[in-house]
Amino acid sequence: MSFLSTLFPAYAEIFLLVMVSVILIADLFTSGKNKTITYLLVQLTLLGCSLITVATHQSGIAHLFHNMFVDDLMSDVLKLLSYMAVSMMLVYSRSYLLARGLFSGEFLALVLFSLLGMMVMISASHFISLYMGLELLSLSLYAIVALQRDSATATEAAMKYFILGALASGLLLYGMSMLYGATGSLNVNEISSAITNGVDNKALLVFGLVFVVAGLAFKLGAVPFHMWVPDVYHGAPTAMTMLIGTAPKLAAFAFVMRILVEGLQPLMVHWSGMLAILAVLSMALGNISAIAQINIKRMFAYSTIAHMGFLLVGILSGTIEGYGSAMFYAVVYVMMSLGGFGMIMLMSREGFEADKLDDFKGLNQRSPWLAFMMLLLMFSMAGIPPTVGFYAKFSVLNAAVQAGHLPLVIMAVLFSLIGAFYYLRIIKLMYFDAPESHERIYIQPDSSLLISINGLGVLALGILPGNLMSICAVSIQQSLLLQ
Amino acid sequence: MIFGFHLLSIAIWLPIFFGVLVLATGNDRNANLARSIALLGAVLGFLVTIPLFTGFDKMTSAMQFVEMRQWIPRFNIHYHLGVDGISVLFILLNSFFTPLVVIAGWKVIEKRVAQYMAAFLIMSGLVNGVFASLDAVLFYVFWEAMLIPMFVIIGVWGGPNRVYAAIKFFLYTLLGSLLMLVALLYLYNKSGGSFEILDYHSMSIPMTAQILVFIAFFMAFSVKVPMFPVHTWLPDAHVEAPTGGSVVLAAIMLKVGAYGFVRFSMPIAPDASHSLSGVMITLSLIAVVYIGLVALTQSDMKKLVAYSSISHMGFVTLGFFIFNAYGMEGALLQMISHGFIAGAMFLCIGVLYDRVHSRQIVDYGGVANKMPVFAAFFMLFAMANSGLPGTSGFVGEFLVIMGAVKANFWYAFLAASTLVFGAAYTLWMYKRVIFGPVANEHVAHLQDIGGREKLIFIILAACVLGVGMYPLPFSEILHTSVNDLLVHLARSKL
Repeated sequence: MSFLSTLFPAYAEIFLLVMVSVILIADLFTSGKNKTITYLLVQLTLLGCSLITVATHQSGIAHLFHNMFVDDLMSDVLKLLSYMAVSMMLVYSRSYLLARGLFSGEFLALVLFSLLGMMVMISASHFISLYMGLELLSLSLYAIVALQRDSATATEAAMKYFILGALASGLLLYGMSMLYGATGSLNVNEISSAITNGVDNKALLVFGLVFVVAGLAFKLGAVPFHMWVPDVYHGAPTAMTMLIGTAPKLAAFAFVMRILVEGLQPLMVHWSGMLAILAVLSMALGNISAIAQINIKRMFAYSTIAHMGFLLVGILSGTIEGYGSAMFYAVVYVMMSLGGFGMIMLMSREGFEADKLDDFKGLNQRSPWLAFMMLLLMFSMAGIPPTVGFYAKFSVLNAAVQAGHLPLVIMAVLFSLIGAFYYLRIIKLMYFDAPESHERIYIQPDSSLLISINGLGVLALGILPGNLMSICAVSIQQSLLLQ
Repeated sequence: MIFGFHLLSIAIWLPIFFGVLVLATGNDRNANLARSIALLGAVLGFLVTIPLFTGFDKMTSAMQFVEMRQWIPRFNIHYHLGVDGISVLFILLNSFFTPLVVIAGWKVIEKRVAQYMAAFLIMSGLVNGVFASLDAVLFYVFWEAMLIPMFVIIGVWGGPNRVYAAIKFFLYTLLGSLLMLVALLYLYNKSGGSFEILDYHSMSIPMTAQILVFIAFFMAFSVKVPMFPVHTWLPDAHVEAPTGGSVVLAAIMLKVGAYGFVRFSMPIAPDASHSLSGVMITLSLIAVVYIGLVALTQSDMKKLVAYSSISHMGFVTLGFFIFNAYGMEGALLQMISHGFIAGAMFLCIGVLYDRVHSRQIVDYGGVANKMPVFAAFFMLFAMANSGLPGTSGFVGEFLVIMGAVKANFWYAFLAASTLVFGAAYTLWMYKRVIFGPVANEHVAHLQDIGGREKLIFIILAACVLGVGMYPLPFSEILHTSVNDLLVHLARSKL
């Protein structure tokens, strides 16, 4: 018993793993095309995970499995938000996937496996466990993208995603091995103290850092390692795009925090310069290319690139404020992204993807409420108050000003002005143009409720952003200062 | 007082609440219900601001009706409201115009009535928020948020080229606003973590920083005023906007930019304001003279009034940057008066447009034969627009010119040229539209204004003449605040 009770910080992961296995088997014995039982089981599993994460929460930091696994406030918060994001994603995409015959037990199991991967990434404090989490997430996602076997675009997207992802993993491993060579450890905290105590071969260290940063940039989708993002977002079925574009960003944020901030903080001078280049390029290319898109999923892909650039601005500030603001940004981004992709799926029906910009024409006349929700989401993505997207940008910019990166701030601001244009264009299409078809938009009550909560949430958090901001700030503070 | 200290909050949130209520009436089947609720909300919104006027203490320049509550503790941001003699008048002006705009759109707007009315009510509340905010972030939130309803108003109910105008309007303003945000973040860090505007007023800032801050604010406010090189969005937006949109743009939105100068730019960076005043005065004079000439050549009535607005707003910025009491007070009175006059002018053009569906001057002629009552009102407003003594247009311009004489004769000389140009373009347009023989079929079938329109015009005429003959109630309120502002500006903050 005593061994089991020492595992309590990882109970949520263990529970999830057990449940995935149960669901995989249970799925074989439940009939019915709608997979209602499996679906409910999955949602219950997510609920159970949340309860366990809350119940096993403790102040302070717990290490487990020979310091390969860490449980702190940041990991708990990010995990809870990931459960929420995955659960919302499932609600949004259920009828979309059912209509396309993709809502299978394997899909649900893969989603849960990818979630497990994210949880491991969020809680890993060792290069090996970080890498394991990343691969568990990535391999599940590759399979999910390829799930629509007979679609050429989806298969192509999966191939691209797989090959480039494997390349990125290779880069990351290469960098990690060099860091191991320079410091003699794979544990992030030990690496950090080894570098502080002085390393003989500084060149090897920085060389390794370059590869690690490149690998991270691949996973985040920052320019110039962004090539896979538009193709995968565009090619994959919208539900899969939503999965890729939402919760894994939280995990990726944690990943960057664990490696760069907890492990390589002493090398900040080096990586903050690299991140600055990535950030500026991402904001520039993302925002400018998004203007040229006619496919809304592709547009969101470029907008994601730009958003990741903004997130990097927060991280490269190198202060607790900056990390807190970047976390807030990631959370807000996931929320907006869920709404945006959710809207595409709500508008689609059998044989119609609703992924062209023109499909949004005249939405205000067809469904004023949906149009209003989309308006809120778009203004939030553009960073216009009183929506929460403004505070995300605000806190990141504030951190960067504090850290003295004024030129970077001005660039960020100008690129977000350019970015505002393509979000405005969607509002223009919805409100100012006449609809192309007057077909009734039929929405399931659960996703209709969810999109309302999502849209109004963006507004409500925009009016009272204080709590979420503080949660992010406090969890970063606790995770970093208590060490 | 019944509402205690929450008057400003009520002035902000009551119209917004009614706006949401109007939206809830849904589609056009309930159009009349939407109109009635909107009117009720707008009138109530105006009534609650009256105690601000009657209860205002004219002897102090301190902030009054202050409300302060913590909002985002992490960044030390407060929900901090308050008005001084300068801002209280604009809250009144704004709330006063909302019912007029609702009435003006009563019959004309037939599609998506609820959304139209709601947009105006929500915007009215947000603009009140801009004028009442004493916290920089709160100000910024209201400032940006008011773009959203205006964007929708222009884009949905505007003219043929409305999409271009709406997006241009939005992006122009956003550019300025974002730079202002950077300046605010700088000030926040510089002041050691405060977003209180009044803290910034008393904080000392080195010259280079002052100049950069001034430029950032200048980008934000000059676009809104609009000042000379960045004015090009205004004619587009005005021409394409529906009548109500034009009225609010001219009467209220432009004032927000000018208000920004007196609340932010000048008191926060007084030394930079002094050293850059030459540039500001030059730009203002270019606006007054050159834009006045541009107005003369317009063939579109709305464009003409839009350019005339830019020219008149040039007076306002001129008055600010000559740094004396005449100039400052004159500029502020000019802002109020321009609100009434430009609003009235756009409503007049709206009356014609509703009937003939053209804004071109050549499509009219001899309107007086068919619409004598309208012609009389239009005459009064046209005269006011050209600055006839006895109308409100005269008071502000005269004071600014007086102030300019004190500063430099040539400033005054150039500024005074508007008395000629203003009269020329306004009255020439008036002559071509109203006088002469009936020009065509459309004009021959014109019907004179009805009770609803008459009501609006009577109210506005009373305001124009009232302020023109007896500006004392307004200047009294301004007086203490303006004097203190000038004293503050005379002190170096280096």
